[in-house]
Amino acid sequence: MTRTLLRVLIGLAAILISATGPAAARDQLIIGTTQFPSTLHPSIDSMLAKSYVLGLTQRPFTTYDQNWELVCLLCTELPTIENGKAKIEDLPPGFKRDAGTTFCKSADPALASKGMAVTYTIQPNATWGDGTPVTTDDVMFTYEVGKDEKSGFSNSELYRRIVKIDVLDKKTFTMHEDRVEFGYNGINDFQLIPAHLERAAFADPAEYHNRTLYNTDPTNPGLWFGPYRIASIEPGTQIVLEQNPTWWGEKPQIKRIIIKTIENSSALEANLLSGAIDYIAGENGLSIDEAIAFEQRHNDAYDILYKPVLFFEHVTPNHDNPALGDKRVRQALLYALDREALSQQLFGGRQPVADSDVSPLDWIHTDDVRKYRHDPAQAAALLDAAGWKLGSDGLRHDAAGAPLAFELMTTAGERTRELVEQVLQSQWKAIGVDVRIKNEPARVLFGETINKRRFTGMTLFAWLSSPENVPHTTLHSTMVPTEANGWAGQNYADYRNPELDDLMDCIEIELDRGKREQMWHKLQAIYAEDLPDLPLYFRAQAFIMPKWLKGVRPTGHQYQSTLWAEQWRIEE
Amino acid sequence: MTRFILQRLAETLIVLLVMSFVIYGLIGLMPGDPIDLMLTADPKLTAADVARLKALQGLDQPLIHRYLLWLSAALQGDFGYSRLQSLPVWQVLTPRLWNTILLMGISQLIALAIAIPAGVRAAARPGSLADNMINLTAFAGMSVPLFWLGILLIMLFSVYLRILPASGTATVGVHSLADRAVYLIMPVLSLTLVTVGSQLRYVRSAMTEVLRQDFIRTAAAKGVSRRRLLYGHALRNAMIPFVTILALDFGTLFSGALIVEQIFAYLGMGKTIFDAIMGNDFNLAMVGLLLSTAVVLLSNLAADLAYAWLDPRITYR
Repeated sequence: MTRTLLRVLIGLAAILISATGPAAARDQLIIGTTQFPSTLHPSIDSMLAKSYVLGLTQRPFTTYDQNWELVCLLCTELPTIENGKAKIEDLPPGFKRDAGTTFCKSADPALASKGMAVTYTIQPNATWGDGTPVTTDDVMFTYEVGKDEKSGFSNSELYRRIVKIDVLDKKTFTMHEDRVEFGYNGINDFQLIPAHLERAAFADPAEYHNRTLYNTDPTNPGLWFGPYRIASIEPGTQIVLEQNPTWWGEKPQIKRIIIKTIENSSALEANLLSGAIDYIAGENGLSIDEAIAFEQRHNDAYDILYKPVLFFEHVTPNHDNPALGDKRVRQALLYALDREALSQQLFGGRQPVADSDVSPLDWIHTDDVRKYRHDPAQAAALLDAAGWKLGSDGLRHDAAGAPLAFELMTTAGERTRELVEQVLQSQWKAIGVDVRIKNEPARVLFGETINKRRFTGMTLFAWLSSPENVPHTTLHSTMVPTEANGWAGQNYADYRNPELDDLMDCIEIELDRGKREQMWHKLQAIYAEDLPDLPLYFRAQAFIMPKWLKGVRPTGHQYQSTLWAEQWRIEE
Repeated sequence: MTRFILQRLAETLIVLLVMSFVIYGLIGLMPGDPIDLMLTADPKLTAADVARLKALQGLDQPLIHRYLLWLSAALQGDFGYSRLQSLPVWQVLTPRLWNTILLMGISQLIALAIAIPAGVRAAARPGSLADNMINLTAFAGMSVPLFWLGILLIMLFSVYLRILPASGTATVGVHSLADRAVYLIMPVLSLTLVTVGSQLRYVRSAMTEVLRQDFIRTAAAKGVSRRRLLYGHALRNAMIPFVTILALDFGTLFSGALIVEQIFAYLGMGKTIFDAIMGNDFNLAMVGLLLSTAVVLLSNLAADLAYAWLDPRITYR
């Protein structure tokens, strides 16, 4: 018996030695993430995990860089009115805007019937991984697929905005847009797909989302034109990327990048410590509290970089609730919170307190707005003024004796939010507001309760926006989800402010950066005064990198660090 | 016997048909469809987009209509595409089913190889040091949370000893059986450790009961050797309740496999079904759940057949 056991152990050891083998030379980077992309098609489904991979394999025409400036990646020069590559033009006769579209009241009404012609030139050496040049054929094919209602593209807003595209030559085209707006030259989401490979799959548009080679043959080199191409995929587990020999830009130093998905964050940490992965991506890795705990234990072994991002964590009050519809009550609720202490205690001060929905990293941000530092006395005074008097039971009541009580909801099981929720509950309790926590799983909360406005009190969640993002869908009074509009729009609070509506309409069409900046400051001032939402903080992401990895520059917005992966370096 | 098997197989098909309706209905009644979730994530989606995408995925149709469409396609062998994986359902499930069979099969075999002799030994000498040690080990195995055990094993074998890979199913670019085996060690070990405890307790309890029977005393009086008495006479009788429990436990083994799959990033059926349900992936969830239902039903059928083999007094007509 003992001999048999010994034999088994020796055999096992031999297998281990033969299978683990010698340590690999450092020419590859293994990145750990917590989510695997459902598809790698650039325009079907939108997922952070997918954008992260596509940053290595594709390049959008334009994007925001690490300094939050719009730059060209696939195009040669950013078209502007100043360089003559963008022009205001008349819209085709008979052109009709969507019903319900509003227009800036103080602007020249003639602008409402204008559009823009914007000319882009594709990088001359841009080539698909199979050697086929990237041309305007791909542009026209992408446009054809994107505007087809059956193709399954999740975001057709961009394609609806395009009136037509004129091809000037194999590398140059003019995009005619149906409106004048400051973001006229940003076509970040216009992601090319290869006409020479994908046309066959598009023969039946309704079946395209199933037949696309991005799903059926994702290792086909002709699908990719970034610094890396996909060499192999183990669905749900890992994606192996090798250098793309046809990449036209700076040659990347790292030969191979492997993206491993490990959903359990403790297992992700253990994998990092074991050397099974080298780097935990901030975009899709540990939560901030997990990263801070990790840093306390293993700070010496890794470079840990925290970057505030455009995830705006806030509480959305339902303005249909008579108490929450009163601005004084919302202001009192915010004065009652010690958000600085909350950020310090829970997140080591890594997540900056928000004064409005505009990130301090955005050039349009202003500090010149009403601030709500922790002031329970001010909160009490505001509630008194609003008719909510403190009773002998420690709670506030109105003249009819009804208590000031709300439900507060968030995503069940999300530890950080549940912790924050408890802090909010106790701080509101201190000023006599009774808050009952009622959490739901994410798919119920987001799929039903929030987007169909079935919450009666407040919900705690986050918005992901982009640099200089006009909060039209979240604050405009035409964007309140209703059964009639198919629950589209994201003004879940049912916030209605005609002044802010018009200001947003005017910002959208203002091309002068200086004038726009003033308008943005006004918008933030209104927001901070009116409090459509109760701003909490901007989330931060933690990038846990090995000390030998250099050149990773987190962006802080949704266009991810992998878009500059060719600049990543291994320095022992 | 053949008639019995055919009858049970027909019953299995009926149960699967009923289950397909129940599962489809339950998933369909869960709040929030994929487009509702997409709406929250993508601020630029308009009412027209919502209507277009719902129509494209058939979500604008009544649930019963969608079920009948699914059923008629399924009866023709077309189980559709996975919404989450963007691949035909079978293409997603086949490798994962194989992975799960491998994981659960090896764990189950090792667990039985430990549980049966240890359980017999514990029951043969109740109250002895060996019995106490075996019981202690069994309770420890049953009490250890699987997710914690998994992390502990990773910390020990991957972080400190660095002799086993922390997660995954194979090394990139390596296609050998030895490589697959190395990646299986920790998942199998975790699943075995948490299942062996309860199995050991079942064997011990069944054996204790059988060893009190008259026929055992008679056999012992007739001079049957201790080994033959335990393994030839007692164990065979003790296996009847044990096989029942094993068959019933097959479903719960799936949930254990789910945790193991998550911790070790091991692609199997448990995690696939879980993700499919949470992600509203009708086709994938349906086929995955039906497969696991079929596995449970067939394992119960196997248990019924095993009764006849274990006890010749049992016959099926």
